[in-house]
Amino acid sequence: MSEENGKKPAGQALQERLSQVGDRMQNSQTWSSIFRPGSIFRKGYSDSPRNRSYVIMNSVMYHLHPVKVKRHAVKVSYTLCLGGLSFFLFILLTVTGIFLMFFYRPTAAQAWDDMQILQTAVGFGLLVRNMHRWAAHLMVLTVFLHMARVFYHGAYKPPREFNWVIGVMLLQLTLLLSFTGYLLPWDQLALWAVTVGTNMMGFTPVFGEQVRFVLLGGVEIGTDTLLRWYVLHVLMLPFVIVIFMAIHFWRVRKDGGISGPL
Amino acid sequence: MTEIPEHLRKRAEEARAKAAGATGESSSSPESEASTTSGEASSTDEKIPAHLLDRGKAASEQSAPVESSDPGLGTGPDGNTQRLLAVVKSGSIQDTKATPVDKVHVWPHLLVIEFLAALGMTLFTLLFSIFVNAPLLELADFNKTPNPSKAPWYFLGLQELLTMFHPMVAGVTIPGMGLILLVMAPYMDKNPSKRPEDRKFAISLMTIHLMFWAVLVMIGSFFRGPGFNFVFPWDAGLFFEL
Repeated sequence: MSEENGKKPAGQALQERLSQVGDRMQNSQTWSSIFRPGSIFRKGYSDSPRNRSYVIMNSVMYHLHPVKVKRHAVKVSYTLCLGGLSFFLFILLTVTGIFLMFFYRPTAAQAWDDMQILQTAVGFGLLVRNMHRWAAHLMVLTVFLHMARVFYHGAYKPPREFNWVIGVMLLQLTLLLSFTGYLLPWDQLALWAVTVGTNMMGFTPVFGEQVRFVLLGGVEIGTDTLLRWYVLHVLMLPFVIVIFMAIHFWRVRKDGGISGPL
Repeated sequence: MTEIPEHLRKRAEEARAKAAGATGESSSSPESEASTTSGEASSTDEKIPAHLLDRGKAASEQSAPVESSDPGLGTGPDGNTQRLLAVVKSGSIQDTKATPVDKVHVWPHLLVIEFLAALGMTLFTLLFSIFVNAPLLELADFNKTPNPSKAPWYFLGLQELLTMFHPMVAGVTIPGMGLILLVMAPYMDKNPSKRPEDRKFAISLMTIHLMFWAVLVMIGSFFRGPGFNFVFPWDAGLFFEL
């Protein structure tokens, strides 16, 4: 046997060799320049209060959070995760939306055909389109429920009054994002839903006709409307909503973390 | 000016008296020392204004006591060169908390929950999208108005109002008022309590508001058929696309 000759079995030797390579890699300058202190991939990571703080402070994604939060703030029964889920759905919509943009041209002549091709000839096209649409409806729902939750907890009270106002703006922006996206498939559902919707806007007092004209890019819905709403949907409204979200999240922290306990 | 606490002022006075006794000089305050030395220095250089020279001289007296003939000149009892300018009470610049807050680390306590919630939401959307397709009707046709024509579901409450009121009231006045009330809520609600039992009026009002829209959206979505006439979905079927 090989063990009697002072040699280790092949499996064990390989394991040792691998762990040696792993150690060398983790000790290298490259590795420690990528993974900052507190990263769980760094050598010698241990679960200490110091490292728990570093995880948050040294990550661009996580540092939206404070290092510590009130104990009741992590109770799912208090927030129901609604605000966080709204934000997550926004990210999901951004990712799926970017995918859809590769296969879509916002003109009356091409939009519907592009949708057909997306659903039948593009890999995962149908799935991603479905996800985009259902996530959009879900986001309207979660934002609405988040507002109800915040109201019933009295979380709009001082010092959080202004963040409530920002939140109402975010609800309206969410509705606008959903509504502008509604036209883009350029099918019968899109055309007539938007016709009904924009007819209502035409009744704005004093300058109703002008509002409608600017929104439609003409007196009737057409290919100009499609381009206009496409730009609003993929660029302008996301840009505005991201700014409002940044203020919203920043104010949550500046106003002393989430509200409660009741 | 901030009031200097009694014990600190006493200590400073004692120290000053001790310093004066040690040097043997009769000077009673740092100001008189500075003025005597500046009188001598002003004759040496005339280009520098006298008041600047005074200030510079006074500063050098205090900052470099070793160079002067008297080691104790302008320094404290232990030879230190700082002095007390003002006492700032802790409450005025720091938010000192009387009661400690029970806190937990965001990692892992909050991040794990957020990760699981995001994962659950992704799974739900993915599975739902695998089994239910988003609608894509036939190509948009301006000459073929579907019956009924419905707005997106979140605007169906408004469309429902259109059947009851003038378009200006239904499309602008009522939703506008609703939105303004919503935005103004924190400024109108002066009740400081967050406990549900103290906020019966606010909670009832909001519940009525939310139910008002929810019921309208439900009716508009499921109970409106051809011609936007009232139908029962179990009789006439569904006229609703998401």
